[in-house]
Amino acid sequence: MAELQLREALRRAMVEEMRRDERVFLMGEEVAYYDGAYKVSQGMLAEFGEKRIIDTPIAENGFCGLGVGAAMAGLRPIIELMTWNFSLVAYDQIINSAAKIYQMTAGSYSVPIVFRGANGAAENLGSQHSQALESIYAHFPGLKVVSTATPADAYGLLKSSIRDNNPVVFMESELSYGVKGEVPDEEYLIPIGKGEIKRDGSDVTLVTWNKQVFNCQTAAEELAKHGISARILDLRTIRPLDEELLFRCAVETGRMVVVQEGFPFAGVGAEIAARVQEACFDALDAPVLRVTNRDINQPYATNLEQRVSISVDRIVDTARTVVGR
Amino acid sequence: MTDRAAPGRGAPDDLSSIPISKDQLLDWYRQMALIRRVEELAAKAYTQRKILGFCHLYIGQEAVAVGATAALTPEDYAVSAYREHGQVMAKGANAREVMAELFGKATGITHGVGGSMHMGKSEYNFYGGFGIVGGHVPLATGAAFAAKYRGDDRVALCYFGDGAAQQGAFFEALALSQLWKLPAVYLCENNYYAMGTSLERQSFLTDMSERGAGVGMRRWQFDGFDVQEVYRNVKAAVDYARSGEGPVVLEAVTYRYRGHSMSDPAKYRKDGELEQKKEQDGIKSAAAALKADHGVTDDELAEIKKSIEEEAQDAYRFAEESPEPDPAKLYDYVYAPNDEGASPHASPNTDDGEA
Repeated sequence: MAELQLREALRRAMVEEMRRDERVFLMGEEVAYYDGAYKVSQGMLAEFGEKRIIDTPIAENGFCGLGVGAAMAGLRPIIELMTWNFSLVAYDQIINSAAKIYQMTAGSYSVPIVFRGANGAAENLGSQHSQALESIYAHFPGLKVVSTATPADAYGLLKSSIRDNNPVVFMESELSYGVKGEVPDEEYLIPIGKGEIKRDGSDVTLVTWNKQVFNCQTAAEELAKHGISARILDLRTIRPLDEELLFRCAVETGRMVVVQEGFPFAGVGAEIAARVQEACFDALDAPVLRVTNRDINQPYATNLEQRVSISVDRIVDTARTVVGR
Repeated sequence: MTDRAAPGRGAPDDLSSIPISKDQLLDWYRQMALIRRVEELAAKAYTQRKILGFCHLYIGQEAVAVGATAALTPEDYAVSAYREHGQVMAKGANAREVMAELFGKATGITHGVGGSMHMGKSEYNFYGGFGIVGGHVPLATGAAFAAKYRGDDRVALCYFGDGAAQQGAFFEALALSQLWKLPAVYLCENNYYAMGTSLERQSFLTDMSERGAGVGMRRWQFDGFDVQEVYRNVKAAVDYARSGEGPVVLEAVTYRYRGHSMSDPAKYRKDGELEQKKEQDGIKSAAAALKADHGVTDDELAEIKKSIEEEAQDAYRFAEESPEPDPAKLYDYVYAPNDEGASPHASPNTDDGEA
């Protein structure tokens, strides 16, 4: 088993899928000659050439839509968005085109495309470069939304996403690209729509995804010092939501905290809390609480940014509140 | 490195040498007249509330769709916006499936899911049918990209209006298309109104083919009322794109006789404007050419009109008598199934107790 950085695991998934299927290509800003803004696609130009590793001008609306049109024609594009913040100028193509075409044409055209890139805040990048946008994509039927943390999960889920016959929004993390984790040497796929219990526990479930998994792991260790056994449910996919596992965790631990990067209002955490109380009300011993960013755009200065962002302390405090000790 | 010599303005010199046979022109005349009659019956059905929602009629612009599609192969792609009933018929759809779709019936081209604005079908290589002005232009560019990627000699034709030529998506798509010399033809149907805002009031440039100048794309403008002119001009552009020379942006000067949609009485027109434009009517001019150049008689034209009337009325009856869509199939088209074992067919997260 090799230890890979997240960026290396993502690259391995793309390289294997491109060797397997001529229809797969990678397109985006700086993916070829620059080797990727975050070096995810490093070396891929050398193997696959300009035909399949394609640098674009800075025109997300144009090249995201172009990808959708190419997918309708039978190709399987991987569109890299340098960060998901930039996807907002292509929102029309991802929502009004990609998410709707299969249904609008009664299944006559499918859109097998992956939009992938860094999501969520890094550090000191200010208001426009620090957003976690799962909720505004997961809102729409027709899209699948994957937001993943570990190298092993990213590898297996990206391969499934590339093979999926639907548009997949695949969210990575700038701060996690260098995080290392063990990835099995043999090829494997992880199905979209399946969460995983990353740490077992019996007193409270911390429901999370993407890089907040790492904060939850630290928080769980801290909670153990207070005698609280915290389970970590890594959803890995936001849509379709793994309701079966989510509800099982709610019933088994009776208490739940959703740790969601991004704004609280109408966020994924709100959706999860609503669904859990609808389905598991009798099994809950406390209200489902959320830990999110503060309801304010990201400031630049380190002390202000830390005040706005999720911290291990806030996760610990919230978990202790629902557990009551 | 790409050749940076920007292709200029203007059609190839020898357009008049592109032959058009009597049978071709007869076929085009029939197609144009059928499209118009289907649209007239759609207008009637709309006033009776048999057709609901938005309904954008193509009446007046028929020569563009018919002439342009005649320049394509069945394998070539066509992509359009929401005034596409005539375009999808030209690309292969029959009057029945178009009318039934407008009626919201199970027998419609998208089984009552898409409606007036979304008539895409892969069998015809017609993507749709898109309702966000200009948003479909990158999709057509993607079809052209796929054709070049596979090297399969296909061309993508993208219809758009003078309104769409103001959108950012349109500019980005043209820039990408020219950068990569994709086999695409962008065909503006300048019908003089972006909804209710006239050309001069919504654009400094009034010839939308000039949008190509900024990205270095081959471009020209032509008369969009004359189906033979449309065919020859689009044929020249399609041949150019297919040969690997790069994309072309064209403007067909045309006019819509009806309002923007069925709810628009079009009071913004100048007095006499509509009547003046109707003098150039594409169906009338095709009939005149058939008589003058090919010896077609009035009786033969009347015979064609009769068969068109039967076909349009049949489509209307078919639409009326067809069943409504089956609600049990409502969720069939949210996600495409996966047959490669990558992941299970995701069921939508839904609380629809009826499903």
